[in-house]
Amino acid sequence: MTPRGHRISVEVNGHMHGGEVPARLTLVDWLRDELHLSGTHVGCEHGICGACSVLFDGEAVRSCLMFAVQADGHRVTTVEGLSGEDGRPGELQDAFCETHALQCGYCTPGMLIAAHALLRGNPHPTEAEIREAIGGNLCRCTGYQQIVEAIEHAAAKLAERGAR
Amino acid sequence: MKAAAFEYARASSIEEACALLREHGDGARLIAGGQSLAPMMAMRLARPTWLVDINDVPDLQYIRVEGERLLAGACTRQRALERDARAIRLVPLLSQALQWVGHIQTRNRGTAGGSLAHADPSAELPLAACVLDAEVSVRSTRGRRALRAGDLFTGPMTTALAAGELIEEIAWPIWREDRVGSAFTEVSIRHGDFALVAAAAQVALDGEARCLRASFGVGGADATPVAFPELAQTLAGARLEDAIISTIAERAAAALDPGEDLHASAHYRRHLAKVLAERALLEARDRAIARRAGQIRQ
Repeated sequence: MTPRGHRISVEVNGHMHGGEVPARLTLVDWLRDELHLSGTHVGCEHGICGACSVLFDGEAVRSCLMFAVQADGHRVTTVEGLSGEDGRPGELQDAFCETHALQCGYCTPGMLIAAHALLRGNPHPTEAEIREAIGGNLCRCTGYQQIVEAIEHAAAKLAERGAR
Repeated sequence: MKAAAFEYARASSIEEACALLREHGDGARLIAGGQSLAPMMAMRLARPTWLVDINDVPDLQYIRVEGERLLAGACTRQRALERDARAIRLVPLLSQALQWVGHIQTRNRGTAGGSLAHADPSAELPLAACVLDAEVSVRSTRGRRALRAGDLFTGPMTTALAAGELIEEIAWPIWREDRVGSAFTEVSIRHGDFALVAAAAQVALDGEARCLRASFGVGGADATPVAFPELAQTLAGARLEDAIISTIAERAAAALDPGEDLHASAHYRRHLAKVLAERALLEARDRAIARRAGQIRQ
């Protein structure tokens, strides 16, 4: 018996996307393979590495631990949705470049989502708060120091822009 | 690392979820936050034939205070409970425990009821539920019943929930004494990993810093989280000197039957149980005393 497909309709990065999915298809596989939004990475596929983090109804979650069918009627933001309308990197992404916060880049989308969620709720995080926020994201190049610096740098830049 | 094929149904009410569980029988599983079930499915440790999704049941997501209890719907996100101002003020052990649960991204999705139903013996929320003697309301098509947390956990990953039952609500007792302190502590390989051993404690002191009541427990060192009501009872009326707390923690650790794996021997887990139970009780006591000092300054 082949399980039936499910019609879904999901708002992804501000646009509605529909499709028919088998129940077992994870949200990250749907984003990458069906919507071709390959910015979100698939790492461990069991919720340990954080590379697949996306915003789900505005909260950072692991998209390998959700099935696409569960996103029906909900709102998803991927790393592609963090850049501006013109597709240029935002302040946070620029900060990652400026401080060399990526080496192989595999963990970067997850780090960006975690950092974005942090700064949205806490624009002036302490270093400890930054480390807590990215504690669920593994970087196997072990470039954590630069990633922490990038988030500090982004917070400072965003504060400066806000003050102007 | 892909789940085996399954059928999926999204429930819109508790009644519908119960009916779906009954209809689809033994192969049906509830999915709440999925932070434990989804990895188990990816690793094919779990192969449900049906998933009944309760994430969009509005009646399962709430936090409210009724009399001497803080009530949380089973699908309340762990992160919501961790940050809820009433929960922090009235049942501080909850927020203290939740800070040790996974990571922010998993707590954003993981639920209170899911953690209890999963019944990992080293998990933080089941331990907090046992220490606070939380009451767990359970629903099925046959009706409703209530279980004390200590009776819910029957073994590793095993609960007293019968086929077709779902957790509806968890009621957390509020300690209304003026000087209440609580603490949660654990040792894990890395922060956010499963605890090797965890301990939680809550104490209430009178104006002379004598113990009115106390409760404490240990997770990860037996088949279920274990609270020690009889030992805690012996603290009532006493001043909680360091030596008394050390003795009580020692007796608690001796009563446990820890398992061993490649991360920790049974001997080490028992050692941790003693040290952590002591640490949790000391910290809870100090917080209760600090609260008294704070009130005098006012």
